Amino acid sequence: MRARQQLDTKVRDRTTHVRGVGTSPPRPDAPLKVLGRFAYASDLEIDGMLWGATVRSPHPRARISGIDISQALAIRGVATVLTAEDVPGHRFYGIKVADQPVLATHEVRYVGEPVAIVAADHPETARRAIEAVRVDYEVRAPMTDPEEALSGAGDLIDPGGNVARHVRIRHGDVSSARSRAEVVVRGEYASGVQDPAFLGPEAGLAVPDGSGGVDLYVAAQWIHDDRRQVAAALGLDPSRVRLTLSGVGGAFGGREDLSVHIHACMLALRIGRPVKMTYNREESFVGHVHRHPSRIRVELGARRDGTLVYSKVRLLLDGGAYTSTSRIVIANASYFAAGAYKVDHVEIDGYAVYTNNPPRGAMRGFGAVQACYAIESAMDSLAGELDMDPVELRICNAIQEGDLLPTGQGVDGPTPTRELLEHLRRLPLPSDRLVAGEDLRRLPGGVGNTTHGEAVVRGVGYALGMKAIGFSGGVDDISTARVSVSVAGGRPVAEVYSAASECGQGIVAVQAQIVRTELGIDSVTVRPADTDIGDAGSSAASRQTWMTGGAVEGACHGVRELILERAARRLGRSQGDLVLTPRGIMTPGEGEALLHLADLLCHDTIEHTFVYHHRPTEPIDDVRGQGDAHIAFAYAAHRAVVDVDTELGLVRVVELATAQDVGKAMNPQAVEGQIEGGSAQGLGLALLEEVQVEDGFVKNASFTDYLIPTILDMPPMDVRLFEFPHPDSPYGLNGVGEPPTLSSTPAIVNALRDATGLDLPRVPVRPTDLIASLHGDGSPGG
Amino acid sequence: MAAVEKPGVDYLRPRTWQDAVALKTENPAAVPINGGTDLMVDLNFARSRPPTLLDLSHLDELRRWEKSNGTVELGAGVTYTDVLEHLGSDLPALALASRTVGSPQIRNRGTIAGNLATASPAGDAHPPLLATGATVRVESMRGIRDVPIGRFFTGPKRNVLEPDELIRSVLVPSARGPQQFSKVGTRNAMVIAVVSFALAFDVPSRHVGTGIGSAAPTPIEAADAAAYLDRELAREGYWEDHRELSAGVVDGFADRVAAASRPIDDVRGPAGYRVHALRVMARRTLRWAWSALATDGIHAH
Ligand SMILES: Cc1cc2nc3c(=O)[nH]c(=O)nc-3n(C[C@H](O)[C@H](O)[C@H](O)COP(=O)(O)OP(=O)(O)OC[C@H]3O[C@@H](n4cnc5c(N)ncnc54)[C@H](O)[C@@H]3O)c2cc1C
Repeated sequence: MRARQQLDTKVRDRTTHVRGVGTSPPRPDAPLKVLGRFAYASDLEIDGMLWGATVRSPHPRARISGIDISQALAIRGVATVLTAEDVPGHRFYGIKVADQPVLATHEVRYVGEPVAIVAADHPETARRAIEAVRVDYEVRAPMTDPEEALSGAGDLIDPGGNVARHVRIRHGDVSSARSRAEVVVRGEYASGVQDPAFLGPEAGLAVPDGSGGVDLYVAAQWIHDDRRQVAAALGLDPSRVRLTLSGVGGAFGGREDLSVHIHACMLALRIGRPVKMTYNREESFVGHVHRHPSRIRVELGARRDGTLVYSKVRLLLDGGAYTSTSRIVIANASYFAAGAYKVDHVEIDGYAVYTNNPPRGAMRGFGAVQACYAIESAMDSLAGELDMDPVELRICNAIQEGDLLPTGQGVDGPTPTRELLEHLRRLPLPSDRLVAGEDLRRLPGGVGNTTHGEAVVRGVGYALGMKAIGFSGGVDDISTARVSVSVAGGRPVAEVYSAASECGQGIVAVQAQIVRTELGIDSVTVRPADTDIGDAGSSAASRQTWMTGGAVEGACHGVRELILERAARRLGRSQGDLVLTPRGIMTPGEGEALLHLADLLCHDTIEHTFVYHHRPTEPIDDVRGQGDAHIAFAYAAHRAVVDVDTELGLVRVVELATAQDVGKAMNPQAVEGQIEGGSAQGLGLALLEEVQVEDGFVKNASFTDYLIPTILDMPPMDVRLFEFPHPDSPYGLNGVGEPPTLSSTPAIVNALRDATGLDLPRVPVRPTDLIASLHGDGSPGG
Repeated sequence: MAAVEKPGVDYLRPRTWQDAVALKTENPAAVPINGGTDLMVDLNFARSRPPTLLDLSHLDELRRWEKSNGTVELGAGVTYTDVLEHLGSDLPALALASRTVGSPQIRNRGTIAGNLATASPAGDAHPPLLATGATVRVESMRGIRDVPIGRFFTGPKRNVLEPDELIRSVLVPSARGPQQFSKVGTRNAMVIAVVSFALAFDVPSRHVGTGIGSAAPTPIEAADAAAYLDRELAREGYWEDHRELSAGVVDGFADRVAAASRPIDDVRGPAGYRVHALRVMARRTLRWAWSALATDGIHAH
């Protein structure tokens, strides 16, 4: 009741600003980015700066018996060469577990692991210097097979054992439910290593402050947590390490872990000059984490009518050489391994293991992508076994508000699973008639001119995805924002300040929109994000608009209270009688402004800082994996229509339609951008994107051979936004960034299955997988 | 010893083609740069560190093509976009191949000559040049020599150019019959060929030419397949009635094309797939070309 009243006053005072919440004003960064003038972190420069570069391990596993830096130091222009011994503070760092050496000490665990760093007067000199650092390695046999790591057969990669985490979820009683299932399907589904493939490589500039501290300008997702780790490694109080967000050329999770941060600061502090580091493209492929490759076994039991009876899932994620976020990625994969369905009996065992592959960590969807691909594949397999329409099967089992998740938490908030699927099912299908002289771009193989219709078959596939929004499992997540209002040129202006990272998603624009809506002030400046203000948390987990949006809204309310308080004093009225409108301070219902904001403020600045918390959650327990771990859930569904050339194994996705509940489209254009981009990334995982790793070595570290979809691979998208207001969030919004990456992949693969009748147990689906005559044994491995 | 090297690169910018040829003799280690779409990638990845660059990109005289006696001479500065926009009817296979190259930006900068000099087995211009029997004209202070395309490539990323030689132009016979080019990539655009195939009918001589990309250490012709097809078409009287080709002839050709290849497994695809795809492409392109020929009439060209 109280909450309701609060909501009402909130709503009462909101303005309907033409560039406020719910509109799509032009983004301040857009023209610069389109014209190539936006300054990304890699464009940073300052007088007198030196260039840093990293010596990296050429072996997936080796002992270091010695490092000789003398030849590198002898090169003219080389300022310094640093190794593990030079790390001033903690020698290990990590976003969740500090297990990754800042620079390798006695061993290396993956190809590309940093071993030494240099600073020189020119990037080319730095490059030559790293080639001149001599490292003696005793090479050891790498362990790169996650099954072997799990089996415990090989020797240990991590002293704590090779299992980074086992998540165990028990819901109902699968063993007794088994006998009630009339139909059972089993499958094993594998996914390859997806790269975030952001276009702006890792880059940063460290500037010593002259008194032992340092300023770091860097492309990042979460500058406060970065600062925590950097300060620890430098042995400095966090207050002496200041981070400023620089132009971020995409992130997708790949910038949650540190890259150049500590190294650039170490070099700069050692030589007392600014140091810039930028990874080249090849280096970038090992300089950031990838999406975990997965092997997921699913067993589904159902009644003849399609009702799911039980589900048993084993997930295995290869976490690579260090922990990064593996422990929570496997949790997130496990939470949603039974999909967006009501199942009363569920057994889930999720494992993340260490291997000598490059480290894997956060990537858009955060484990739920792999889980969704597996369960949605199994659902189509079950539909086939039942001879049932796959959409019907999904609709009849779709999770509803109040249903229990396998973790025992009741689903709350809007749960429009059926609406999403019904909407997609009703959409007309694109025409499947190939006309003579068809534009090659509309055919599998595109302008490659590989078919004029020969051997082309069509398929349609659906998928539904569900994921938690925000940080789960008992984290007290916060965001901080400050809003200040003053007068410039006789008009009120506002400034909003937070540490929220703009990775391209549009958080800068949204913060300004919120201020316009709340305060009715047109001219809003968004200050660059840095660590002088409090934490905004990560631009991750689809949380930033919710969390920082909440903080900005709260700060605006604080500012409005202060303004009205002052106005009430000035006017001799009661504060409750006054409202702040774009025209000034008024009493509700009266046409004339009693006082203009500019007159009220004169030369003063009114400001308020607000810290937003989401509702509390709890971790799941270790034995049965039960707990109210999540703040909210988001849902999306996709329908894919594909044409497959069954002789050449080439694919054209003809159409990708999607429906998603976004709660409130704060900026509809940005929301659609997230949905199209996320769907493209899902298409990439379905058909193209794979970091090929062989015995620990990345074989395709370039955009020549790591292929992401181009505009000619992306079909037109039919995007339907549902706006069911979320009860707990600012404006009723829900997180939107990740859900599109969940269901797009399995929808496409289900369409390929529909077209070809093949099992396709592995993504990305390669041309050879689609040619029945070349088809191997159908196993998901490799 | 690294300590004495300087990181810079010398840059030569000749004012005329003749100057360029002279500079190349004076500086045999100088690396020519045209569109830069291969070279700059190598520099960025530090795969090569040329001491000297010889810039040809601004030489307008290279950006020309000339048609005479049934041949188009493409200057070394001619880009894929030039071919696409101006030479589609004279050089249809090369135009089809040009359309598959990179993106508009790459097609605007990248040159046929640069493609040849790089001599990648995956270079998209190569199969059409092989199928049409092109000639590479190279020049040095010692003079001009013409190299038949079939002898130009000597190994993966290797060619017959001597250190003092530059590619001056490429001579491509104008089409006298239907031509096709087909390229398999795992992406629908902007992709290096997993395998490619070109085919060109020369109607007056009743001959078919072929070219295979990405399926051997160098781009190659499928000479056996071409000879087989020439023979079968003549023997079965196809040239007289231009009826639809029998499955036997099409498969016989396609099998021989596939047999000509010597592919490897790599990140872009397995060898077995390349052979398989080549057979499919040979079959399809032959059918398309033959039916175009039958439709347009044998004497149309
Ligand atoms: C994003 C991208 C996509 C690409 N896609 C394709 C593709 O789809 N298909 C394809 O085949 N290629 C592709 N390429 C490669 C490249 O564009 C082509 O090989 C192009 O033809 C190279 O021409 P250029 O003028 O840019 O050569 P440059 O890079 O200028 O030179 C290439 C080589 O040729 C030498 N050279 C140049 N001119 C001469 C001359 N006159 N005489 C002697 N040597 C000379 C140079 O020294 C160098 O070794 C792509 C490249 C990029 C960056």
